[in-house]
Amino acid sequence: MLQVLAEEAVEGKANDKNEMKTVISVKNLEKIYTMGDVKVYALRGIDLDIYEGEFVAIMGTSGSGKSTLMNILGCLDQPTSGSYTLDGMDVSKSTRNQLAEVRNKKIGFVFQSFNLLSRTSALENVELPLLYNRKTNAQERHERAVKALTSVGLATRMKNMPNQLSGGQQQRVAIARALVNDPVIIFADEPTGNLDSRTSFEVIDIFQKLNANGITIVLVTHEPDIAQFATRRVVFRDGKIIDDSPVTGRKNAIEELAKLPPADDIDNNPEALQKIETAVETENEAS
Amino acid sequence: MGIIKNILRISLLALRKNLLRTLLTALGIIIGVASVVAMMGIGSGSKQSIESQVNNLGTNMIIIFPASNSYGGVAAGAGASQNLTYADAEAIPVNCPSVPYSCPIVRSSSQVLANGQNWRTTIYGATTDYFPIKNLHTVAGDIFTNSENKSAAKVCLIGQTVVKNLWGANADLNSIIGQSIRITNIPFQIVGVLEIKGQNSFGQDQDDCIVAPFYTVQRRILSITWVNQILASAKDANLVTAGTDEITELLSERHKVLPGVAPDFTIRTQADLSNAFSAISNVMSVLLLIIASISLLVGGIGIMNIMLVSITERTREIGLRMAVGAKGNIILLQFLTEAVIISFLGGIIGVALGIGIAMIVKNVMHWPIVISAASIIVAFLSAAGIGIFFGFYPARKASLLNPIDALRYE
Repeated sequence: MLQVLAEEAVEGKANDKNEMKTVISVKNLEKIYTMGDVKVYALRGIDLDIYEGEFVAIMGTSGSGKSTLMNILGCLDQPTSGSYTLDGMDVSKSTRNQLAEVRNKKIGFVFQSFNLLSRTSALENVELPLLYNRKTNAQERHERAVKALTSVGLATRMKNMPNQLSGGQQQRVAIARALVNDPVIIFADEPTGNLDSRTSFEVIDIFQKLNANGITIVLVTHEPDIAQFATRRVVFRDGKIIDDSPVTGRKNAIEELAKLPPADDIDNNPEALQKIETAVETENEAS
Repeated sequence: MGIIKNILRISLLALRKNLLRTLLTALGIIIGVASVVAMMGIGSGSKQSIESQVNNLGTNMIIIFPASNSYGGVAAGAGASQNLTYADAEAIPVNCPSVPYSCPIVRSSSQVLANGQNWRTTIYGATTDYFPIKNLHTVAGDIFTNSENKSAAKVCLIGQTVVKNLWGANADLNSIIGQSIRITNIPFQIVGVLEIKGQNSFGQDQDDCIVAPFYTVQRRILSITWVNQILASAKDANLVTAGTDEITELLSERHKVLPGVAPDFTIRTQADLSNAFSAISNVMSVLLLIIASISLLVGGIGIMNIMLVSITERTREIGLRMAVGAKGNIILLQFLTEAVIISFLGGIIGVALGIGIAMIVKNVMHWPIVISAASIIVAFLSAAGIGIFFGFYPARKASLLNPIDALRYE
């Protein structure tokens, strides 16, 4: 299914950027932290537009302001000054509760450390954002979570607890959780930071496929390699954007995966997979 | 509505995740509620048993003694006067609407002889009103009649301690009826055996007695003209005070007591006695309740403690919940709901445990136990209240967390 959708998206890409819908529009954004008498300028007047269907990699060293921007764009924090319009809505003056509502309806997060609830099944983890949406009922919640997990290739692992999943699988559960509320944008904060190259590429592959389906993705990373998988790269230094350009020579995660030496990949080894699933089932029954 | 269901679901999932911790937290409440239920059961049980012991002495009893008199400065002590009469006793039910029964009493301590054995006991001379006032019944035979009293018939009813000492412990009570017993060498016919009343609150054996018609004892045994005391009984417990006032007025008039002069009789009521005992048992109940409340309080602090630890431990989880759209007040409700669920759980188990403990005390130690629905409701509601009260602070702390800091918390 993903493949078909991907092809459709590729055709759609011929559209001019100007005709595309602006998802994020930031004007002269500033963030100043006051620590005692000292003022720390984390963001010094950022202007940035992100359009629907883009895959933006935000790069920069630590302290460059990329995380601060990410927090503001993700509606976890508010700017000191400047305007921020998300999906046509000015959120720079919203209250805590309004921001929570925006996060619940329009934003999906993927974190470096997965942040899955322990001792809670993959399915229940993915259902979590919908529990805070009063409009969804139990049946709808279940259906959407199953759909999201299927789209990241974890249809067979829905009952597993996080500790019964590999790092890559856990991150895919987190991606499914980000997808489940049908967000206008997904923010991924160093999603491959805790993963080895192979699983990193697998996770990036999912992002690329989602992006091919038309989902807008903003990915924060400090690895130039990973940024090569995006369509656009924005580089930060000292609270300012120093470079904003399309990625040239964009890589494809599937091709990169193929280049890696074959590994004892459990997912592609039906026999090992069977063994693990039997073990997990026994454990679940026991508990 | 949907959101409440979701919060309940979220809280239940979180509690299930840490089942052991949930149960340990609930343990504080379980012990608290159990002790409240058990203590209230023991407290009200002992209160009821004291009340029934006091009632066992008689029904709403009013006792009239002759007052002390003194000759030339020498006081003779209570009951020394000889100014209460049979006519006084007869006048009371006629003139005092709150007092339907009244009975003159004369007392003699005498040697009695029957079945070849002898025993010293107290002989009460009384009219038939004595039985309803003292709440006395027979287990064999019947009480004497009014006409037997008027004719000073030589009949009597005997208490079971007397039976035991004269006929042995296994005597057939019915076979005693009709037998003769000599009281200070006068032969009496036994017409009835009294039921066992046990000790009274002062340890006096209420079964070590013989009751005979008033005139028989007054004239044949004592040869006196006066009455030792008058027993009266008010219609119900609320009328004891009114009855006392009516009797005081009546006797003052009959004895021509001048206003401002101390009357020549003294009235005591059972209410004085039962008030004293109730006061003691109330103090006991309050003490037990305080102790139980302290354990409930400690349980509540336990909940707060665990919730605070749990919130610190789950900071990242809270951050994540906020990131995916949980508002502050939803987080607050989640943790509050967790605390309340723990308290409710603890409350239910605690009530069951409390009843169990009370039953063990009842069956093993033979203490009187009364478990009222009220005590269960009170214990249960205070558990829930404690859950809300002690759950609020940690829950509020969680709800005020900054999502960014919470997500980064190590």
